Order: sequence, then structure tokens, then C-alpha cells
Amino acid sequence: MSIALGKVTAGYGVGPVLEEIDLTVATNEWVGILGPNGAGKSTLLKVIAGLHAPDAGTVNIDGASPAEHGRPRMAQLVAYLPQNPFFPEEMPAGEYVLLGRAPHLAYFAVESGADVAIATEALELLDAGHLANRPLGDISGGEKQRVLLARALAQEPQVLLLDEPTTALDIGHQLAALEMIGDIRRERPVTIVAAMHDLSLAGQFTDRLVLLAAGRVVASGSARDVLTPDLIRRHYRADVAVVDVPGDGIAVVPLRARRSTG
Amino acid sequence: MATPAPLRPATLRWGWLAAALGALAAAMLLGVILGPAELDAGEVIRELLGAAFVDDPSSLTATQQAILWELRLPRVVLGGMVGAMLGIAGGAYQGVFRNPLADPYLLGVAAGAGLGATLVIVSAGEASTTLLPIAAFAGGTVAVALTYAIGRSVGGRSATTIILAGVAVAAFFTAVQTYLQQRNLETVRQVYTWILGRLTTTGWREVLVLLPYVVVSSVALLLHRRLLDALSVGDAEADALGIPTGRVRATVVLFATLGTAAAVAVSGLIAFVGLIVPHTVRLLVGSSYRSLLPLSMVFGAAFLILADLAARTVASPAELPIGVITAFVGAPFFGLILRTSRRMIG
Repeated sequence: MSIALGKVTAGYGVGPVLEEIDLTVATNEWVGILGPNGAGKSTLLKVIAGLHAPDAGTVNIDGASPAEHGRPRMAQLVAYLPQNPFFPEEMPAGEYVLLGRAPHLAYFAVESGADVAIATEALELLDAGHLANRPLGDISGGEKQRVLLARALAQEPQVLLLDEPTTALDIGHQLAALEMIGDIRRERPVTIVAAMHDLSLAGQFTDRLVLLAAGRVVASGSARDVLTPDLIRRHYRADVAVVDVPGDGIAVVPLRARRSTG
Repeated sequence: MATPAPLRPATLRWGWLAAALGALAAAMLLGVILGPAELDAGEVIRELLGAAFVDDPSSLTATQQAILWELRLPRVVLGGMVGAMLGIAGGAYQGVFRNPLADPYLLGVAAGAGLGATLVIVSAGEASTTLLPIAAFAGGTVAVALTYAIGRSVGGRSATTIILAGVAVAAFFTAVQTYLQQRNLETVRQVYTWILGRLTTTGWREVLVLLPYVVVSSVALLLHRRLLDALSVGDAEADALGIPTGRVRATVVLFATLGTAAAVAVSGLIAFVGLIVPHTVRLLVGSSYRSLLPLSMVFGAAFLILADLAARTVASPAELPIGVITAFVGAPFFGLILRTSRRMIG
């Protein structure tokens, strides 16, 4: 399912957070949104999800705006995973994954056997079937990430919006989580837009990168186009070296500024 | 490798429901047999079953039958209905506001009902038994409506804004009520008695008045059990999952308020039931509202019947306010809850 934003301006009352954003994402594409803190990455995801209405411009998800789709339909099309999701500590992981079926249920309905089967399949796809009856308070951060992704999968969305999906994970779990997201995309057609902090991982896992700064798109393209020392110095105020890694990828290495000691 | 346990959706825990119904039946039986004139348990059971199923007359005398059918049973049934309503409304409030300290009086229903009752007592005095419940009901619903209106006008639909509006409305209504009470010292005792709660019945009239409110409110709240579970991830995520959080909160508050206001109108302000019953159930069966709401109803009914039994027997022939009993048990329990609910508060 394709996404198209035309000249989107959005904010929270005191000056725009996003200004005249043009962005198209093709069906089954994975686009990484980069940018320093406060660049507008989270707001951009909320606008696409229909959770924050833009002040100007157009948002088109599968031929209609989020408002035209309406909230229930948008929740069926789009799974949005926030940066700091809340995990009710006493809730078993399986029940948490079943919440992903909520967009498909009528107001007073409860989950059917088919819903349970879909949630079970989602958990198993992420190798988390054994967590089904464990309370969320008792499982690790990496396991929570799996359960969260399983909840998104149970939604059977056509668009997956991820806000910093690997925050608070160690490097091994970061790689594992991004591989899982890649596996999801191979398993079923899903368009992914992910706000990401780690530039190297973003460069290696996504199809295309979009760099936001102060609410505007300042660069867009392949990892080699966007992850340049010059762009990163200008927008992140950081000196980096960009190095080749095996498998045709690149990695961004931060460099500590050399200060004269004399 | 062992096959993992299958995913099970949260459902009503039937074993616990059976236990709760057993506790309720026992509480009801104690409630009808104990009192100044003790009735024989076996004969009471025969009398009750005889009325329901078979024509097998018990050996109760006409007086004993009158005590059973016209005095004790209506009071036990009324206590059960009030306890059930406060239990389920407390559980629903805790879910919809994601706040373990929420009780049915959170949004001002108690302060509003208190003001309504005080107005009637100071202006109409003893002749106010018909008017008093109506005024209490009206005061309670007006207070909650005002809370909701203020909460929405200042900050949208967030739970915190509505709770803070409830604090303001309750403070205002209590201030007016206290002023009226001070200006009419001769009725202080009456007002005070009402505020501490009591179950008084005149036959089955109160039961019939309260019944439709309890039935409609409880059914409406039970229908929201899955949505209350979904709200536990917070408004933002529930919104993203397509849950109409504002509508769920408004509907749950509406029905919990109607039921609570009706219960308060016939029983006064019985403290702590809406707090301790759902929390006890939460400790026993977990936090899913699919078990918590129905079990809070049944255990709430049993608890209040026993509290009323204590209220009318421990200092017999004098009768203690039932709110004193529930608070006497509830206050220490409340301390326990604060220790054990840290997980929920975070």
C-alpha cells in the first residue's frame, strides 16, 4: 500500500514541527526516517497514522486521507508502534498480542477463535510463542520488543509505522529486531516507515533514507546519498567517518573532536 | 522442546465465579437468619425453596415469615444490590481512569448526592423520606455531569483532566453542603447519619426502585469488559488500535454514575466498597476486566450483606452506620493495597 504526503505542515500550536513535507513511499518499501532530536520524526509518523491532523497539505493512504478512512479503518490499515509503548505489567503477553485484533472487532465483540489463531501465528512468527502466558512485567526488553511487533502483526496491517523500534535494546537485540522486521516484510506485503536513530543500522536495513532537519526534508535517497560526513555534520553537528562494511553496506562511525591540550 | 502453552484470551474465571456465588449465598443466608429474632437456617431454606419451587411449607410461624419476607430478605437483597453496584462501578472506574485509587465517588457523585440529601433534610426534615433519594440521585448525577463538562472544556478528554475537574467539583459541592449543615445545626445528626450510610427498607419498595438501575448499569459495564482491558495500554496506544477511547470513557462513566447515584440514593455514602472489593478481586484473579467486573459484583454484594449484618448486630439493639463497618475494615485494607498495587501505579 502506497503512502503519499504533499506539502504537509503540522505542529502543536507554537510554530510548525513539520514544514511542507513531500514524501512518497511505494508499496512494500521500507523507508527510514532520520534526523536529530526534535527534527519532527515522531510527528511525521503520527501524521501518516492519522493520529495527528496536519495543519496544511495532503496525506494519502491507499487513495484516501486518514480522515476519509476514519479511525477504525485506519487502525486496520496501519499499525503504529510508539517510541515508548506502555506494557501493563500484569497482562500476559498473549493477551497483549490479542489487542492487535481490536481494530477488527465490533464495539461490544470479544475475540473469536480466528482472532486467537491470528495472534498465535504472529507470536510464533517472531519466535515468541513460549511467552504467551508470561506477564509482560516478567519478560526482558528484547522479548517485549518481539511481543510488541507480534501485536502489530496481529493487526494484519498493510503499513507498519515504527518510532525508534530499537531504542533501549543492546546491539545484538537491535540487529535481531531489525532482522525480524525484515522477515515480516518477506512474509507478507507491508510498507514500512521507521524513525531511526542508529544511522549505520538504518543504512543497512532500509531501502531508502529520508533525512529530516528542523521539520523539513533535507536529503532523500540511498544510504550512500544520505549518510555523508557533510550532511551529518551539518544537521547532527557531529563529525563522522563513513566506512564501507562487508556486503556492500556502509557504517557511520562517530569521531571525537580533537581538542588542543596546549 | 516442550510445546508452549497455547495463547488463551482472558475469559471469566468460572471457578472463581462459583466461589463468589457460594460466598454470596452464605452471606445471604446469614443475613436472613441472624438478628434479634434468630430464625432456623434449615426452615429458612425450606421456606425460600418452597416459595420458588415446591409447595412444602416450612414450620416458620406467621411472625417469623413476616420477619423473613418483609424485613430481612428485602434488606439483604438491597444490601446485595448496593454492594454489587459499588463493586462493579469501582472496578470500571479504576479501569477507565487507569488509576488504582479510583472509586465510584471519584468524579463527585458522593459530594453531589451529599449536597442533594442535605438540602432536603434541612428544608423538609423528617418528612423527606420520599424526596431524599430523588435529591441525592439528582445531586450525584449533576455533580458528575459538571465534572465532565469542566474536564472537557479545559483539556479535551484526558483522564487526568477529568479527575482533577472531579476534585474541584467535589470540593465545591462539599463546601456548600458543609455550609448548609453549619447553618442548620439541628439537622446535623440526620445529615451525618445519611452520609455514613445505612440500609433501611420499607418492604420491597427500595429494591424495586434500585433494581432497574443496577441491571441496566451492570449489563452496560459488563459489555465494556474487553474495551477496559484495551484501555490498559493508555489512551494514545488505544487510539492507535482504533479504540474510541473518549466514547468508551464517557459511556462507562455514564452507566457507573447512574448505578452509583441510584445506590447512594437508597443507602447513603457507603465508603470503601468500590475500592477494596475490586482490588481484592484483582489480587485473586488478575487484572483482566473480563473476570474483575463480574466477580467484583458478586463479592461486593456478599461483602456489603455481611457488613450490614455486622452493623445491625454488633451493638444490638443499636445500629451502627454501615459506612463505619466498611471503613473500619476498609482503611487497614487500603494500606495493604498501597503496598501491593505498586506494580499497577508504576
